[in-house]
Amino acid sequence: MLSIKNLHAKIDDKEILRGVDLKVKPGEIHAIMGPNGSGKSTLASVLAGHEMFEVSEGEVLFNGKDILEMAPEDRAREGLFLSFQYPVEIPGVSMVNFLRTSLNEIRKYKGQEPISASDFLKLMREKKKLVDIDSKLTHRSVNEGFSGGEKKKNEIFQMVMLDPKLAILDETDSGLDIDALRIVANGVNNWKRPDNATILITHYQRLLEYIVPDYVHVLYRGRIVKTGGKELAQELEAKGYDWIKKEFEEQV
Amino acid sequence: MTTEQDKILAEVTKGEYKYGFYTDIEIDALPKGLNEDVIREISRRKGEPEFMLEFRLKAYRHWLTMEAPKWPHLKLPEIDFQDIIYYAAPKSKPKLNSLDEVDPELKATFDKLGIPLEEQKQLAGVAVDAVMDSVSVKTTFKETLAEKGIIFCSISEAIREHPDLIKQYLGSVVPPNDNYFAALNSAVFSDGSFVFIPKGVRCPVELSTYFRINARDTGQFERTLIVAEDDSYVSYLEGCTAPMRDENQLHAAIVEIIALERAEVKYSTVQNWYPGDKNGKGGIYNFVTKRGLCKGDYSKISWTQVETGSAITWKYPSCVLMGDHSSGEFYSVALTNNYQQADTGTKMIHLGKNTKSLVVSKGISAGRSQNSYRGLVKVSKKAENARNFSQCDSLLLGDKCGAHTFPYLEINNNTAKIEHEATTSKIGEDQIFYCNQRGIDTETAVGLIVNGYVKEVINQLPMEFAVEAQKLLEISLEGSVG
Repeated sequence: MLSIKNLHAKIDDKEILRGVDLKVKPGEIHAIMGPNGSGKSTLASVLAGHEMFEVSEGEVLFNGKDILEMAPEDRAREGLFLSFQYPVEIPGVSMVNFLRTSLNEIRKYKGQEPISASDFLKLMREKKKLVDIDSKLTHRSVNEGFSGGEKKKNEIFQMVMLDPKLAILDETDSGLDIDALRIVANGVNNWKRPDNATILITHYQRLLEYIVPDYVHVLYRGRIVKTGGKELAQELEAKGYDWIKKEFEEQV
Repeated sequence: MTTEQDKILAEVTKGEYKYGFYTDIEIDALPKGLNEDVIREISRRKGEPEFMLEFRLKAYRHWLTMEAPKWPHLKLPEIDFQDIIYYAAPKSKPKLNSLDEVDPELKATFDKLGIPLEEQKQLAGVAVDAVMDSVSVKTTFKETLAEKGIIFCSISEAIREHPDLIKQYLGSVVPPNDNYFAALNSAVFSDGSFVFIPKGVRCPVELSTYFRINARDTGQFERTLIVAEDDSYVSYLEGCTAPMRDENQLHAAIVEIIALERAEVKYSTVQNWYPGDKNGKGGIYNFVTKRGLCKGDYSKISWTQVETGSAITWKYPSCVLMGDHSSGEFYSVALTNNYQQADTGTKMIHLGKNTKSLVVSKGISAGRSQNSYRGLVKVSKKAENARNFSQCDSLLLGDKCGAHTFPYLEINNNTAKIEHEATTSKIGEDQIFYCNQRGIDTETAVGLIVNGYVKEVINQLPMEFAVEAQKLLEISLEGSVG
């Protein structure tokens, strides 16, 4: 589904990604962990197409298509979803209007008719159950006045509504209390199917107690330096990142 | 609502000023230029009583002593007032009794604008008065309104048929010597609408006037007068368009509203005069005096305006809060693009006790345009417990445009509570990227964000005009991104 080869990216001439390699297959959940500043969020932004970053080298294929040349909206329409670390507020634009515009833009790209108002509302009712989101939230403006936890829940709600092929969750667990964390995790687990995939970007192992990854990768200094199963996350939790750093420096 | 949204979005991709066509219709016009003879001739052609001619001549003589205002934040070219036609009428039968008698070309024009003159507009609950160039073409729905004692007709007809009401109220809120353009209008005004709502009557439909400048070199000077007697209510709308032309055309209107005890008047404008082309060539100069008088206790006047057109806009719909407990509201969206200039805002004059006013102004600047809010809140000595809240927001698209806020306060009573909030923001790249990531392209995202920003104001408009206003905003922003 996703194949990243030797991806390099920089911001203002400062190289942040220095040759990332990663393959994600349908049905898989990957966790990308790593200390602060290792390039985790940059990787998410580059995949989504944020223009702040310049890709200097490498290739990213998404379902066989080279997405690095695509505009961010086309990547989204191809089925790539990013749950933002800091979801943005859009005052005056209702969640209903926003999501319906979004969904219809994606449908248009696929050559489908716009969804009718009644089908849309039905879809919303169904998907709300998956995320246990308060109806009040969906009637408010996009993220406006939402608490940190509400914003993150709202990201997962949008994910299940738009039903992408690949979801990248950037630090979705940060700032969540234990109840909200459980809700978010349930949303992701319920959504998981053999034909979609998830990349979890996280600093802590906590989220991985609820969403069990097939693979855990450690990103350090812009490169994936270690890959393992879910037990790698536990090891990191117990021992911290220092031993990884040490290992890496020994390699260099 | 959202299918409407889709239609709107589809429209956006088309862009351009879509009301820029010209109707080839026979015109009966006076020669260019202004003098007392021209004024006499206008008055004669309209079959006016003597008092009206006197009103005009007095205004004209006063105008000759005045100078064009210099204080607005506008680059105002010299206007040659002798190079303008002051009266132009579509040539047709002198009096229209039914729709069949309306010139088919004319009817087609209004159909094109989406203003059906047929009575089926009744279904939508809107009565329409259509003004082309200098004269009112057709007022729909008149008979139904007449049953309730409501008068809704062209001002020319009102001058002939209801001279007492005109004598009593015309010029009572905006005196002919009020300002330069008001004096000019009072001298040469050609047509417009008159609304009278008698005691205790709630007008059952939206009343609407549609103004269209068609003829070349013509100025449009319309005059609207609304009188709401005790315990009455009316909601009134006006829409404006003009063909695309290289030269500038002048529009100098006056609107007067009088609200008596416990009366409520809502006045909404969707103004889309031709703004000029991308390089600032052509376009309408829109110099308008709009003022409402809350004469009776507990009366209320509310202005809502969506301004997307005109090369230059200069207008300050105002409320004079004379009655105790009276209230005034002003909701405004002013969007400027390319080389447009707007200097607009409101005046809230608190005279009575316990009067309230609310101002919500949303400016949007794009291209190389300049957008100014200018607002006055005045509280007189005797106005105990006056309240005002003003919120002025500016949104900038790009870095070549400007937004300016000029709030004036004159408070002469220390029981007054006045609050003013102002913000200036840019559409954030992070907001656009967020939309992009949800599959929404940048142009659509800007439309979405702008319509969110103005929602508070748009919500004040009746439903179908709200849709039109949203559409206008989208179209007007075409090409302003990236």
